[in-house]
Amino acid sequence: MDIKIIKYYYGDIPEDKGAGGNGDNSASKEFWPLWEVFIRSKQGIDHKHVGSLHAADAKMAIENARDVYTRRMEGVSIWVVESKYIHASNPDEAASFYEPANDKVYRHPTFYDLPDELTHM
Amino acid sequence: MMNTDYILHLADNALILGQRNSEWCGHGPVLEQDIAITNISLDLIGQARSFYQYAAELLGATEDKLAYLRDVRDFKNCLLCELPNGDWAQTILRQFFFSSYQYILYQQMVEWPDERLAAIAEKSLKEVTYHVRWSSEWVIRLGDGTEESQARMLKAIDYLWSFTGELFTPASYETTTLNKQPWQQRVEDIFTEATLPLPGNVWMQTGGKEGRHTEHLGYILVEMQYMQRAYPDCEW
Repeated sequence: MDIKIIKYYYGDIPEDKGAGGNGDNSASKEFWPLWEVFIRSKQGIDHKHVGSLHAADAKMAIENARDVYTRRMEGVSIWVVESKYIHASNPDEAASFYEPANDKVYRHPTFYDLPDELTHM
Repeated sequence: MMNTDYILHLADNALILGQRNSEWCGHGPVLEQDIAITNISLDLIGQARSFYQYAAELLGATEDKLAYLRDVRDFKNCLLCELPNGDWAQTILRQFFFSSYQYILYQQMVEWPDERLAAIAEKSLKEVTYHVRWSSEWVIRLGDGTEESQARMLKAIDYLWSFTGELFTPASYETTTLNKQPWQQRVEDIFTEATLPLPGNVWMQTGGKEGRHTEHLGYILVEMQYMQRAYPDCEW
């Protein structure tokens, strides 16, 4: 079985590449698209990103995720989403994105007087 | 007392197919499926251990002795389990045939009066349910896939089909017979979805359950038993 795998990274996955679940274009016959995997653990209420994998469709992606990421009892629920649908912020814009928040300490709720009865804050 | 030949038969089935699947480790078509097939291997070897441990208690032996120091004629696994992996199509079709059989068997076994077997069946049934799902989807994917994948499935059917009869042909030590109908139905349903033809009645191979094996089993045992035979009772 000869399967070619080309790995794309976020932000540069072409629209015509790696259509999975609903895709029936020629690319999906040749390449297995990349999927992002989110697992909810027994303790957690949120699904956390755990990694990525290749699969032909959503069903296979969930099964692959089960085999790759829940072998050691890590999870009770799996989400997968095709990586091409993830849109990421650009690291080059980090300065304008995040640094303006650095000197705005008043946005943290640290300027309140707490009543003595409140112990777990 | 439970029939120890029958327990060994259950154990040998799981061990030999587990050993076969483990040959894919590091050679799977893609990383994710390499992990999937080796996970199935480990499930099967785990089931084999449970059965060997039970048989060992009844026979006054050890599980290692039963797995590693019996010879070809003593093994009671079905011929299907020892057939070569071939390509991915052949491996997954073998798994589909066997897991579908195991699913029906374990479903009945959970009701058996022998509590030990019932407990093993109950634990294993969850694993086998997944094996059936996984292998069914691959049969559909390849059968209803490309021209090449379908051709490979057809070749696999041609090679494996005559080994499926033995699953439902009771051996001399088997006291219960398994109804083949649900298995046949499952195979029919999946083959229909996979656009694969169901083979007609052909002559079926038998013998594995009684210790008469194909030429392949000897090679499996040589590799699997080498360590224990070269260094008896070795541990690490």
